[in-house]
Amino acid sequence: MTRHYSAISLLKEGLSGQKGWAPAWRHASPKKEYDAIIIGGGGHGLAAAHYLAKIHGIKRVALIEKGWLGGGNTGRNTTVIRSNYFYPESAALFDMALKLYEGLSRELNYNLMFSQRGMMVLAHSEGEMEIAARSTNAMQLNGVDAELLTRAEIQKRAPILNFSPEARFPIWGAVNQPRAGTARHDAVAWAYARAANAHGVDICETCEVTGFIREAGCVAGVETTKGEVRASRIGMAVAGQSSHLMTILGEALPLRTYTLQAFVSEPVKPIMDTVAFSPKSGTYFSQSDKGEMVFGGALDRVPGFTQRGNPPVMEAVIAGLLEMAPSLSHLRMLRHWAGAVDVTPDSSPIIGPVGEVMVSCGWGTGGFKAIPAGGVLLAHLLATGEHHPVSRPFDISRFASGALIDEGAASGIAH
Amino acid sequence: MQVFPCPFCGPRSEPEFLFVTEMGKTRPEPAASVSAEVWAAYLHHVQNLKGEVAEVWQHIPCGQLYLMRRDSTTMEVMGVQSLRNGDAL
Amino acid sequence: MNFTFDGMDLTGRPGDSLASALVRADVRIVNRSFKYHRPRGLWGAWVEEPNAIVDVTLNGIRTPNCRATTTPLLAGMKVESVNSALIARCDPMAVLDRFARFIPAAFYYKTFLWPSWRLFEPTIRKMAGLGRMDGALGFAPEAPQRHDGAGVLVIGAGPAGLQAALDAANAGQDVLLVDDRDTPGGSLIDRAEAVDGQSAADWSTAMIAALSAAGGRYLPATTAFGAYDHGMFLLAERRRFPLPPALIRLRADRVILASGAIERPLTFIDNDRPGVMSLHAGLSYLNRHATLPGKHIAILSTAEAEPAARQLRAAGASVEVIEAGEGRAEVGAVHWRSGHLRGLTLRDGRRIDCDTVLASGGWTPAVHLHSQTGGKLDWREDIQAYVPRADRPKIITIGAAAGTYATDDARAEAALAAKGNRPTIRTDLPVRKAWPRLGQSSRAWVDFQNDVTVKDVELAGRENMRSVEHLKRYTTLGMANDQGKIANMAGLATMAAIRQVPISQVGTTTFRPPFDPVSLATLAGPRREARFSPPKRLALEAVHRTAGATFREYGGWLRPTVYTDIRAEVRAAREHVTLFDASPLGKIDVYGPDAARFLDFIYYNTMGTLKPGRARYGFLLTEGGIVLDDGILFRLTDNHFSVSCSSSHVDQVANILDLWRQDQFDPSRVFIQDATPHWATLTLAGPKARALMARLDFGIPLDETSMPHLSIVQKDGMRIARVSFTGDCSYEISVRATHAATLWHRIVTAGRNFGLALQGVEALAILRMEKGLIFVGRDTDGTTMPHDLGFPAPRDKKQAEFVGKRSLFTQTANRSDRMQLVGLSCDGAALPVGGHVLAKGASDSQGYVTSAAYSPTLAKPIALALIAGGLSRMGEAVEVYHLGQRRTATICPACFVDPEWERLNA
Repeated sequence: MTRHYSAISLLKEGLSGQKGWAPAWRHASPKKEYDAIIIGGGGHGLAAAHYLAKIHGIKRVALIEKGWLGGGNTGRNTTVIRSNYFYPESAALFDMALKLYEGLSRELNYNLMFSQRGMMVLAHSEGEMEIAARSTNAMQLNGVDAELLTRAEIQKRAPILNFSPEARFPIWGAVNQPRAGTARHDAVAWAYARAANAHGVDICETCEVTGFIREAGCVAGVETTKGEVRASRIGMAVAGQSSHLMTILGEALPLRTYTLQAFVSEPVKPIMDTVAFSPKSGTYFSQSDKGEMVFGGALDRVPGFTQRGNPPVMEAVIAGLLEMAPSLSHLRMLRHWAGAVDVTPDSSPIIGPVGEVMVSCGWGTGGFKAIPAGGVLLAHLLATGEHHPVSRPFDISRFASGALIDEGAASGIAH
Repeated sequence: MQVFPCPFCGPRSEPEFLFVTEMGKTRPEPAASVSAEVWAAYLHHVQNLKGEVAEVWQHIPCGQLYLMRRDSTTMEVMGVQSLRNGDAL
Repeated sequence: MNFTFDGMDLTGRPGDSLASALVRADVRIVNRSFKYHRPRGLWGAWVEEPNAIVDVTLNGIRTPNCRATTTPLLAGMKVESVNSALIARCDPMAVLDRFARFIPAAFYYKTFLWPSWRLFEPTIRKMAGLGRMDGALGFAPEAPQRHDGAGVLVIGAGPAGLQAALDAANAGQDVLLVDDRDTPGGSLIDRAEAVDGQSAADWSTAMIAALSAAGGRYLPATTAFGAYDHGMFLLAERRRFPLPPALIRLRADRVILASGAIERPLTFIDNDRPGVMSLHAGLSYLNRHATLPGKHIAILSTAEAEPAARQLRAAGASVEVIEAGEGRAEVGAVHWRSGHLRGLTLRDGRRIDCDTVLASGGWTPAVHLHSQTGGKLDWREDIQAYVPRADRPKIITIGAAAGTYATDDARAEAALAAKGNRPTIRTDLPVRKAWPRLGQSSRAWVDFQNDVTVKDVELAGRENMRSVEHLKRYTTLGMANDQGKIANMAGLATMAAIRQVPISQVGTTTFRPPFDPVSLATLAGPRREARFSPPKRLALEAVHRTAGATFREYGGWLRPTVYTDIRAEVRAAREHVTLFDASPLGKIDVYGPDAARFLDFIYYNTMGTLKPGRARYGFLLTEGGIVLDDGILFRLTDNHFSVSCSSSHVDQVANILDLWRQDQFDPSRVFIQDATPHWATLTLAGPKARALMARLDFGIPLDETSMPHLSIVQKDGMRIARVSFTGDCSYEISVRATHAATLWHRIVTAGRNFGLALQGVEALAILRMEKGLIFVGRDTDGTTMPHDLGFPAPRDKKQAEFVGKRSLFTQTANRSDRMQLVGLSCDGAALPVGGHVLAKGASDSQGYVTSAAYSPTLAKPIALALIAGGLSRMGEAVEVYHLGQRRTATICPACFVDPEWERLNA
């Protein structure tokens, strides 16, 4: 069986009909007991399983997923990875993730196609340029790469953007993060699953958690559609289901679930080599390696769990896209879909203990870019019972103390 | 595009509506006797149920708040009720 | 009609699609495949076509990724295949096919790790992509959008849809029939199948005429591409190429789905060779366009094919029919030499000479719209297909879309569906199974466009990518621009065989809109340029333009930035008097017996103690204690207040007031009305403002007792207020918006003797900065509480409840190192707005500059900043960091000019 991925393995397998490849992960059914259970087979849960084994040596781990791996927001996002954050707490979290991403393809021996093509946040007025300067300086002081681009520099990088005098939102400049980029989202889940599996983690797909086992007043495991599974440590990373599962446990979370849509056009030859976001038109886009324009925008305005698109926001996002890059109006939309995202009051995640469960939730629209850090931090909590310094500010206690981490607060968005 | 029945204006398109909050939250007062936890729960905690939910909505053009029962997974609307009178949902 | 394809001059006929014109011209290789650059021909004749994707340039407009089968031929079109390095016939990249064994599905996840993906990526990107778009084109013409509705929406004008539409219309129902073809009849036309003794075309035309006579409507050339919540369907109505289609948003009381079925390929080795075509497509070219797909045809079919053979023979082709599928013949090899199909060898050794193979592997019902609404599917073993389950209360699926292929049965179903009944007819037309064979040494294609073969599906199975979603994502099966219309079923069947489970247990991937790719311009409609989100315009815009103003947008309003010179305007406001259009300032009326109590609750400051005719500055907080807006409240009478909120926050503030009013108050005792657009407000500010007011003679006393700072007088439909945002004596005169120009000219005329200058927004921004007056949202952020701005009194003293009160006492709200508003003074040029404040020699941010300018009054730079614990750090020297540079500044009080506020009454 060929397990290691490399050009040489491919050549070797090519000569024998590609028949020797090992499964990326085993199909496992849950055993009765583990050292740790992780609920949720998205990127965050899979990464936590991997790091539990790799960093903390805890390998008797069950990862329980009700559907197929990466089927939630890991497989539904628009693949942008960035750490262009204002507050030091956010920058520490997301840049930790970005740094891990930078070495992840080799760490996991899986080409995640992480492409650091940069991301520009456009500014469309003098006032927005001032906010852009505020962000750029904050990022630089946070130790994150950032530069303030002029209109001319933007035109050079992304000539298809709207530089027309008729543009509703003329481009004045942009905050650019050169290390930001995109990666192949599904591959992140698969690569972590493959790595966790290699450590001995049992990855149990189509196994749904239906309840929690309580013994002597403590949570001792979970009830699943494939039987009871016990462990003293339980972690949870289940975007779109967080409130539901915590309700079973009797805990309330400050989360509201919304639909977030995403879109791709038909593929075309390369014409856009970076990621651009226009807060004013509410849309961002990039071009995938396959050639599709991948774009998205605002949340749907109706809370819910549908995981399907809805025309009002779709039309607004597409209008925003065309306003950003009018020539894209000659393309067609190939497909659109949606995910259910959990949004907290300050739009920052909640990481830490809630009741007796270690929870990683509330990643809102930005969970994918945080996967490696989310995994490290959840694994740390599960292994040690304590916060990692990076996760501490994101504890749920911040809502009572008032120490919110609201990135919108400093971005000049009307409050 | 969903259609919500405003109790005052009848069925109207989704973009005319604003989700306000879940039904049943009471503002804890007076401030001096409200604990940080109780206040945080009032400000932030939500049930966020899957399935049937009861919520306060606003129809922006007429400005009126009203109660709406709907299903947060199918998006089906079960009923609405004005805040002004006791009509059944 | 002349056109070019890959540089060849060709001719077609009116009514041709690009595809039929290529068939007519005997162009066999129409494109290259995405990955291996295999030569490809036409497989289909309509939306199912995976191969013939072309860029079309007409009148200088290049439209990428047109499907040749659905694009009408127009004279002068320049048509280019999309995936060849040169042209479709001759593609040097075809060499890649020789290395296919080394680049199976998902190979890219296993390599390109060293030295880095970024090194390989540009090459891979260039090889990917389909068409070439013209980035210099600008907007496509605008697409119209409209709403429509119907009692019964019938989707598909084949035999089932036509019958259902007519029967429903005859029964008096409000019918709309939509169909994506230009003419009715659907598959009847493709097959030239006579109905009731009439030709397909005659019968279909007659049905439409009858439908119309019965009051029904028919929309041809319209694709229902998406089904959404609450019964909404989106439709794209084609217009003349290359105009983007019109968008129709449609709701119906009920839907009859008669969307037909799509023919599946047979999955044999080299089944992707040009010349291997769908049998139905072959008939379609013959019967719709009077052109034969080939001269020597072999039909390979899992169902009865003699009628088709007869038609093809009658048109002059030689035809051999081979029964395919389980227990019948199977293709062993396809013979292909120098760009031409030469024949087949069957596994039983038989050799068939032919130039064209018409293949049919059975049918896949087009269940997309049913599934998009959340409808489930059931597997039918007899026809080897998924059909819609009857689980959507408002949708009835009939005809081939429900697996009922025979025309008579489909029409019988239609008759039932027209009455609202769910048909239970089941055609007994068994189809022979013809699913891919596993374990072959050569490649048989499942997804043509994305180059996914049976071996790739087997590889996915081997690597445990066995869920249908993993199969799709790992191999890209079904992700091409045909979205797997012909590929998915073979993929599912192959995976079922690998997993050794019935196909019904494998399931399908989620059907996502759109059914067929739809122009982005169609979906965006008229929302572009100025209409994307139109700015608000001032009543006096023309007057300002005449006066030489330049304009910019502030908080959604297009306002005069500057008339002549910012510094001169500032100096005029300090030395003489200026005229400023303040119309966007909020004017929200709050009235009723509970108005005072209401505003006490809403505002941080106590407002109920205000006397009529007086005004007070105050903050509106969020329930989280954050400053959401500041403004001045005027008490006009005991029960009538006017809330003058920031111009950019009016809509938001009006709505917040209304929400609190309904939630916490008796809505019959307090009322809110946003009167902002009713009024125009002109502000006179400066030491000569009072004298100019006296000259204007509005008939009101102007002395300090009668009209002190923070007072208001109503007179002759005007509201005259004494408030100041510059620190000098200042009057706001509000009149009905229609009277604004008269007032403006009156002031300008009277002002000549007073050194009156016109003043834009930028001068005001400096004037208020000199006084340390804030713009909420600019000098505050989403953490700012009123005590951070030097307004602690109500927090400390106000007994009554007010919005946000409890939040002002959280652990965080009590901290001494909160970000507080202060001034910064420095030498040299103005500080950079957005620069961050650092303690001397440190490098962690302690705040940032929110506003900065050169003060013409003081002849030095001034700035406002939010700084951690700033209010207790007066006189401290700090550094301001901006893009790698550091400068020194000193923390000072926020008010720079006239800190004793003596000018206010001067």
